Amino acid sequence: MSSVRERVRALLKTTGWLQTDIDTLADDADLYTAGLTSHATVTLMLSLEEAFDVEFPDSLLRRRTFSSVDTIVEALTSIGVDKAAV
Amino acid sequence: MTDWIAAARAAGDVAARHADEVDRQARFPAEAMAALRDAKLLGLLVPKDEGGPGAGIADIVSICHLLGQRCAATAMIYAMHQIQASCLVRHHGGAAWQRAFLKRLASEQLLLASATSEAGVGGDVRSSVCAVEEKDGRFALAKQATVISYGADADGILVTARRTPQSPASDQVIVVVSQKDARFEALQGWDTLGMRGTCSNGFHLKAEGEVGQIMPVPYADISAQTMLPTSHLVWSALWLGIATDAVARARAFVRAEARKKQGATPPGALRLAEATGQLQLMKAGLVSALRQYEAALGSEDALSALPFAIAMNTLKITSSQMVVQIVGQALQVCGLAGYRNDSAFSLGRHLRDAHSAALMVNNDRILANTAQLVTAVRDDSGLLA
Repeated sequence: MSSVRERVRALLKTTGWLQTDIDTLADDADLYTAGLTSHATVTLMLSLEEAFDVEFPDSLLRRRTFSSVDTIVEALTSIGVDKAAV
Repeated sequence: MTDWIAAARAAGDVAARHADEVDRQARFPAEAMAALRDAKLLGLLVPKDEGGPGAGIADIVSICHLLGQRCAATAMIYAMHQIQASCLVRHHGGAAWQRAFLKRLASEQLLLASATSEAGVGGDVRSSVCAVEEKDGRFALAKQATVISYGADADGILVTARRTPQSPASDQVIVVVSQKDARFEALQGWDTLGMRGTCSNGFHLKAEGEVGQIMPVPYADISAQTMLPTSHLVWSALWLGIATDAVARARAFVRAEARKKQGATPPGALRLAEATGQLQLMKAGLVSALRQYEAALGSEDALSALPFAIAMNTLKITSSQMVVQIVGQALQVCGLAGYRNDSAFSLGRHLRDAHSAALMVNNDRILANTAQLVTAVRDDSGLLA
């Protein structure tokens, strides 16, 4: 059982969305600066929905939601994902 | 009618007088651009605090629509200039250099161009190969710009580049480059089917200057919140202008026919009615998107929301398709008189100009982008929301 944060990081690590290794980035590091594109953001969102079995409402579908590990965890938490463990 | 609209009409008269020659010679519409500059219409968007009149996007859209009816190349240059101006106005972030530049835009009526296209990125303007190199408060930049429309006649150029030589292709900034600090080496000319007066030549651009010329806000945000929506609005407005003039020519043709054969409705009238309906739809699409943009303006969240991006992308795709369709209908109405280059009902330039619409930022690219977005959104807004 791993935390939401760890699972988000694991997801970001296995895909080619970033040009920087996620392990070298802090939780509040800007993922767009690390190479995340707007196209990849949509795919990232769909992968998060699949992994956590949730749906992001339209109000969360904006650039800032996916700008760092912190903001992603915050968004997931806000739609009911248990922060500590899933 | 505001003073601006009256002034734009007068500049439009100048543009119309030279439109055929500009088209034939593929030259910069110098007379029309001088008229727009003299009427102080280049600095319209500059806020009052920076010495401008603080006009809004609706004013610019109206002017592009007017100019599009007279000379589409002039309208396109004016539109592209105002896209750059709106990026500066909305994203200068209080930076001293940018604010001073805005003041100059108002006082000197500078003409702004953009260098977003680049060799090696396959047409994706959200990726850059070139990068800003900073040293001791100065920057240097070299870009293989496949297209810089009216680059040779602009006073300033907004250039996209990677933030640093180490940055990924998508981490871009805009650098505001003055013509005097830039060197241009011609890469390719501009001998095209239509929009010949935009002189969208390719250049190898080398520039340097102060670090303050780099815009503080990431290009990703400027692009999503301002450059994309304003581009699609002002372009659609001038394409609507092309379609409007084509329908006006078709109407004049049908009226002339009706005068000759009084009592009988000319056969072209039916298709004119059809084209008028399409024109109404095209106009409605533009006005509705304009209202949506104005409503979103105050909120960064609304401007970066997916449904908003989808609406603006869709405006561009549909307007660019409808302009070709409507000009085609007008051509059917006018028949050979429209097909001729030497008649008052000639639609050759309209048709050639209209075909650029689907190609400048290719519709297939925008549609592919929209295709990704539509899989993500889920809530449909209400009818009047």
